[in-house]
Amino acid sequence: MSEALLLHDIDEPGLHTLAVYEQRGGYEALRKALAMTPAQVLSELEASGIRGRGGAGFQMGKKVSFLPHGAIERYLVCNADESEPGTFKDRELMQKAPHMLIEGIVIAAHAAEASRSFIYVRGEYVLQADVLDAAVAEARAAGYLGEDILGSGHSLSLVVHRGAGAYICGEETGLLDSLEGKRGNPRLKPPFPANQGLYQGPTLINNVETLATVPAIMRMGGAEYAKLGVETSTGTKVVSVSGHVQRPGNYEIELGIPSRELIYGLAGGPPEGRAIKCWFPGGSSSPVLTADDLDVPYDFDSVAHAGSMLGSGAIIVVDDSTPILDVAMKLAKFYRHESCGKCTPCREGTAWTVRMLERIDSGEATPMDLDIITSVCDHITGNCLCVLGDAMAMPIASMIAKFRPEFEAHMQAAHERAPAPAPVSAGGEGGFA
Amino acid sequence: MSAAGEAQARAGAGGWDRPTEREKRAATIPDPESTPVPAALRERVESAMALYPDSRSAAVPALHAAQELHGWCSPEAIEQVACVMRVTPAYLDSLATFYDMLETEPAGRHSVYVCTNISCSLRGADELMAAVEEAAAADPEVRVRAFECLGACDIAPMASVDGVYVGPLTPKDAPVLLADLRAGRPILPERQLARRPVADPHANSRAFPLPPPEGAGAGEPEEGQA
Repeated sequence: MSEALLLHDIDEPGLHTLAVYEQRGGYEALRKALAMTPAQVLSELEASGIRGRGGAGFQMGKKVSFLPHGAIERYLVCNADESEPGTFKDRELMQKAPHMLIEGIVIAAHAAEASRSFIYVRGEYVLQADVLDAAVAEARAAGYLGEDILGSGHSLSLVVHRGAGAYICGEETGLLDSLEGKRGNPRLKPPFPANQGLYQGPTLINNVETLATVPAIMRMGGAEYAKLGVETSTGTKVVSVSGHVQRPGNYEIELGIPSRELIYGLAGGPPEGRAIKCWFPGGSSSPVLTADDLDVPYDFDSVAHAGSMLGSGAIIVVDDSTPILDVAMKLAKFYRHESCGKCTPCREGTAWTVRMLERIDSGEATPMDLDIITSVCDHITGNCLCVLGDAMAMPIASMIAKFRPEFEAHMQAAHERAPAPAPVSAGGEGGFA
Repeated sequence: MSAAGEAQARAGAGGWDRPTEREKRAATIPDPESTPVPAALRERVESAMALYPDSRSAAVPALHAAQELHGWCSPEAIEQVACVMRVTPAYLDSLATFYDMLETEPAGRHSVYVCTNISCSLRGADELMAAVEEAAAADPEVRVRAFECLGACDIAPMASVDGVYVGPLTPKDAPVLLADLRAGRPILPERQLARRPVADPHANSRAFPLPPPEGAGAGEPEEGQA
């Protein structure tokens, strides 16, 4: 039996200050970790089985183990560019428990033998970046950061870097380019950041929540942590629930509980008298699921098995009062705006998808257009340097697959509503009726 | 496109829809002798540069600082940053046109970002956006922008007013929000995100693993599982 790991006492007054955090046992895990060798810390992380909380769900311990050893400068980058629509868990953690994140970063840097670290926080999070700046200064003054941390001989610098508003900078290689002072364009992989990342050096990149969990893993021991959750999705996770629910917010759950419990039990379900039409299990990039999928256990593999993905752990609920076309249009326009333009399938595909969806609304579309949209989505998926295009293609394709009759009805209604086409002068048009 | 285009046009650069001015030479790194840089800005840019192994990493923070001083990334602001950082203005232009928060045309002193992404729009962000635009109309000091997900879907629909998150908002709040902003008062203090507790009432008392649900029916909604 253990308490909530991340949200426990999150609203304790002053938790963002070093004094209160230390009073509550803060930085004890760091002392424990510094008494161990990097290899021992790494084996605890591997034993915990924790999977990255940013979206890809890659095992953190494995990621750390990919970093080459030897006399070479290694970097740790914390991805705090939380921009996936529907996700706001990192915001709450950074704002209320910044020292938990810093402690996690120092421990992970010890395991990865990194000597410089950065927190890339999105520019919109002004308050959170200010809180982090203050916390970093406190931690440095107390000897938890800087040269020779707590007499261990391990040194680490930490810089809070503020972005300036670009979804693509949440993609790890786009983030690295942005952190190097460039436009945030994703890079070709391989080489992966573990080998060649920031400033061409080996780099460990992890999400805020992943790193913030590290102190708890050290405190409990990796094996004990792995007992939480289910076999392939260990531990607890903060889930952001938003959209048409009565109590939107962050909830910490043990991975593997039924999604229904999360949406109805914790977040209160849709407003009175409404039913769930569809829901995104992992941010707006995940294929939608319907009310039939509410019993899917909320963990990485079960959600993937149901045809979607856990992503960043952000549930967006859409109730039956919303036309599906509106949802599709919002998404497509977002990804069109955020596409960095480097790869053609994504740059053109997102723009054309928006135009074709607009045709549905204006009554110009025919049912064949739905197949064309699906085919465009097919051509985006897997054909770009990063998954931004896929992130539009997958949910849009899933909406068309699951709500095709509604799209067609919308199309038909719009067609009947549309003004009659201008009379065609003789010989003007071809045979397209 | 227009914002980026205008900035480029001012700099004489072409684009996919405009010819390049062939007579014009590409701007080089500004000469410190002939480029006066305000001391405060120089200090901020230099201290940002000192934080990174490669000083170019400071480009975006430096442009932020210049924007705070000038109100937007004007050619003058870009020139000053370029002078301190020893990079070409074009390099900084490429950043200013990429990042949403860097303004490439004259903007008011105040910025209001209304989140219009999926979670907020499900809860009425488009109506809110229209109301805020109406309330701010004809005020050159306030720039209202529809913004992509600001990461505060728990207070949807919401807005970021000069970086302060407020929500949930209704269209009726728009005039109050603008009045607070113009008067320099805290914006809708009781609805600022900074004061909001975590939504989960059991965050402090929940223990894991959860006890198995009664009746062991995996599909049943579970209430009050503190």
